[in-house]
Amino acid sequence: MPFIPHTPDQVAAMLAVIGVEAIDDLFDEIPADLRAGELKGIPAALPEMEVGRLMAARARADGQPLCFIGAGAYDHHIPAVVWQLVARGELYSAYTPYQAEASQGTLQILYEFQSMMTALTALDVSNASLYDGASALAEAILMAVRANRHGKARRVLVPRGLHPRYRAVARAIVGQQDIELVEVPFDPAGGHLTLEALAPFAAEPFAALVIPQPNFFGVLEEVDLLTDWAQAQGALVIGVVNPVALALLSPPGAWGQAGADIACGEAQPLGMPLASGGPYAGFLCCKEALMRQLPGRIAGRTLDLEGKPGFTLTLQAREQHIRRSRATSNICTNQGLLVSAATIHLALLGAEGLERVAAACHANTLRLSASLCATPGVEPIFDRPCFHEQALRLPAPAADVLRSLAAHNILGGYDLGTDYPELGPAILVCATELRAEEDIAAYATKLARVIATRTQARCPVEPKF
Amino acid sequence: MLIQEISHPGRRASAQAPLSRAEVGDLPAHLRRASPPALPEVSELQAVRHYTRLSQKNFSIDTHFYPLGSCTMKYNPRACHSLASLPGFLARHPLAPVTHGQGILACLHELQELLGEVTGMHAVSLAPAAGAQGEFAGVAMIRAYHEARGDRGRTEILVPDAAHGTNPASAAMCGFKVREIPTGADGDLDLEALRAALGPQTAGIMLTNPSTIGVFDRRIGAVAEAVHAAGGLLYYDGANLNAILGQVRPGDMGFDVIHMNLHKTFATPHGGGGPGAGPVGVSARLEPFLPLPLVTREGQDYRWLEEADRPHSIGRLTAFGGNIGILLRAYIYARLVGREGMKRIADYASLNANYLFKRLIAAGFEPAYGQRRASHEFILTLRREAKATGVNAMDFAKRLLDYGFHAPTTYFPLLVPECLLIEPTETETPEELDSFVAAMTAIRAEAETDPERVKGAPHSLPVRRLDDVRAAREPDLAWKGSPAHG
Repeated sequence: MPFIPHTPDQVAAMLAVIGVEAIDDLFDEIPADLRAGELKGIPAALPEMEVGRLMAARARADGQPLCFIGAGAYDHHIPAVVWQLVARGELYSAYTPYQAEASQGTLQILYEFQSMMTALTALDVSNASLYDGASALAEAILMAVRANRHGKARRVLVPRGLHPRYRAVARAIVGQQDIELVEVPFDPAGGHLTLEALAPFAAEPFAALVIPQPNFFGVLEEVDLLTDWAQAQGALVIGVVNPVALALLSPPGAWGQAGADIACGEAQPLGMPLASGGPYAGFLCCKEALMRQLPGRIAGRTLDLEGKPGFTLTLQAREQHIRRSRATSNICTNQGLLVSAATIHLALLGAEGLERVAAACHANTLRLSASLCATPGVEPIFDRPCFHEQALRLPAPAADVLRSLAAHNILGGYDLGTDYPELGPAILVCATELRAEEDIAAYATKLARVIATRTQARCPVEPKF
Repeated sequence: MLIQEISHPGRRASAQAPLSRAEVGDLPAHLRRASPPALPEVSELQAVRHYTRLSQKNFSIDTHFYPLGSCTMKYNPRACHSLASLPGFLARHPLAPVTHGQGILACLHELQELLGEVTGMHAVSLAPAAGAQGEFAGVAMIRAYHEARGDRGRTEILVPDAAHGTNPASAAMCGFKVREIPTGADGDLDLEALRAALGPQTAGIMLTNPSTIGVFDRRIGAVAEAVHAAGGLLYYDGANLNAILGQVRPGDMGFDVIHMNLHKTFATPHGGGGPGAGPVGVSARLEPFLPLPLVTREGQDYRWLEEADRPHSIGRLTAFGGNIGILLRAYIYARLVGREGMKRIADYASLNANYLFKRLIAAGFEPAYGQRRASHEFILTLRREAKATGVNAMDFAKRLLDYGFHAPTTYFPLLVPECLLIEPTETETPEELDSFVAAMTAIRAEAETDPERVKGAPHSLPVRRLDDVRAAREPDLAWKGSPAHG
């Protein structure tokens, strides 16, 4: 019996204590007509070695292609230390730290994580994480609408240059509370958000403006101008930021005159493997004035009854297990294991290491873009400075080109056509610090060939067979 | 000491970053960071030692018994972690094409199918990242279903007074009003109160069965009939699925939508608070509304179902399809346990719970619902002990930590005074359960002879009882120093 330790004699003794004859008698309060029959659709048990064989074959089937996709999930170096420590049973198999005295390890890690995130974002307060970057944005929007004391506006301005999946998730979650997300177009030349584009949307009151930095295209936004403009209208500013980029770019707390009010984003680049999309962790930080509107777990430092410092979950009056239907959110998870990974990752890199990673990603992406643009007809779409990603126009259908590259085990980028048909054939490319010069050269060579076969003048004479 | 406090300016774990700093002169100066963030500066060994020591300050399943009611803290098989960490799985980008994902998609598709089978639901989506997000998705589907029928007056969700706090909070997240239904004296839902509350405003009811009281609601058939007759739908909170796995299926009880907590029933790690995974299963009439993405099989090939395939979906809940690494662990667990193992989980979880229940009653503890059969968990009330000695349920819980047991769930459900909600799970030996009974008995004896000893517990942990009031009144939520002066 996998993972069940009972021996037959023990079972007999336990049944005698309970006063029943068989284990099945323990289900005697379930109406007999409801009892399940055999679960035919579930395969029989396999020993670990058999499951191991199956999973090894499946993992191999997914291949290990050369990846030039970013688009919200990034293939960074993860120090060996990170997952060796995170996989320790004391972290891996611990429960939510409700019993603070028996959870000081987890709680201190949460506090250290919160400290690192406030340092990165230059904001006052951080929670102990949410599910992922996109759901963190949804919570940030709910928070901004609750906190907006200037009016009852339930409109939030969201740039079209924000990650399409983030827009979709925010719509699915905040739409349930009849909050309207208004899409603001990007500048066709720069790919960024402009005050001219925003102005018409300010005719009616809005609770918040979302500013991604960089945006989905990797384009850098004029965050100071945008922040000052939105706050002058009485709205809050929500920054959506990449934590690695924050080593180089101005942090949300320093945007404009007063700083962004809320910042959120995806912590995956901090020590989390790509893993097909999860588990990752969302982070959410804010100014102190909004602290009691924050959703999710928060660890705090306090004293024990001998006056010794210790850590505990705090401000729980915001949460579902206390406030029930009036809680700030229904969430009771924090992505504890991933937060541990992020904390250890940041401790190992420090500010200097993180800046080197960010700079290497940026330089590699520029090198990639330049190499790919050597092929005629391949060119950057936007003329603004970019960070970490670049949108490229192709002279042939993007899906077709990407399919050919994938057949050669190169994932050439994200097809922008699905979400942005107005851009024509276009892809979003990224080269993290893990892509070597020869990887970039291999991609550029392959792309040139793939494009050539699709753009060369067709033979004027129809071949006859 | 915090990692920030052992930091020293200029120190680095230099093997972990590129050798040099690349040129970034093209980034406009006004968009650049003015000063570096205050992150720790430590060596690799310092980090390893710091976090290893911190880990040792935790209780965990690998080190301690967790009789934590409603949380199903069972053994997390190590194979699930190692096999889900195979390089092919870890390295796969979420937006990689399906040609480079047939392995993971096959696992996810089979997981969808087997979760549907074990719960008796017509279709399953793996998208929700945790139980509470599963609840959100379930309630959002209930709303979408009524709206699609043009039935717009259904503004209310019913929840029992014993429900998890996430139930009313999830209903509120979806814009519903919440109405509580009392629990009857026998522990089952008060059917008369339910009938009185039902009406054209009822969108649905959220139930846990077995309930958080640890008993199976025997009148579930009548509850389902009444709610359906009023035009409402039934939501099943899968927090206690471990109790009935393979024995009775929520679909057969009449539920229209359910969520499962894979970090409970399917043994994926709790990780100190997450990640979880909260797949949702639905009856046929709710299938069009399932959250995305879904995995489908066409011939020998698997692919994602997306917006174009499911225009009525409630949408996406995370950017990339949920906590896939956790889903993978649950799939591996299901394959290790297999068909017979599913039923055996509930068998032995119930055996352990009923054995521990009877032994604690025999030791003189008062059951809250002693006339009922325990499911996989049960409630004791310590109101007699509290009255006689002044030692309350929280003191017992804290003292158990000194005895090497994680505390049971305390003060939940809210309707039982001074309660401990105890769930041993199937992976504990009877010897461990006997030790727990011995510890409870010893603590009661201490409460009678030396109550201050118990009220001051814990005594042997890294910290004594912490001042929660101070933590909330004077929030210290982040280190405010600068590492240069740490």
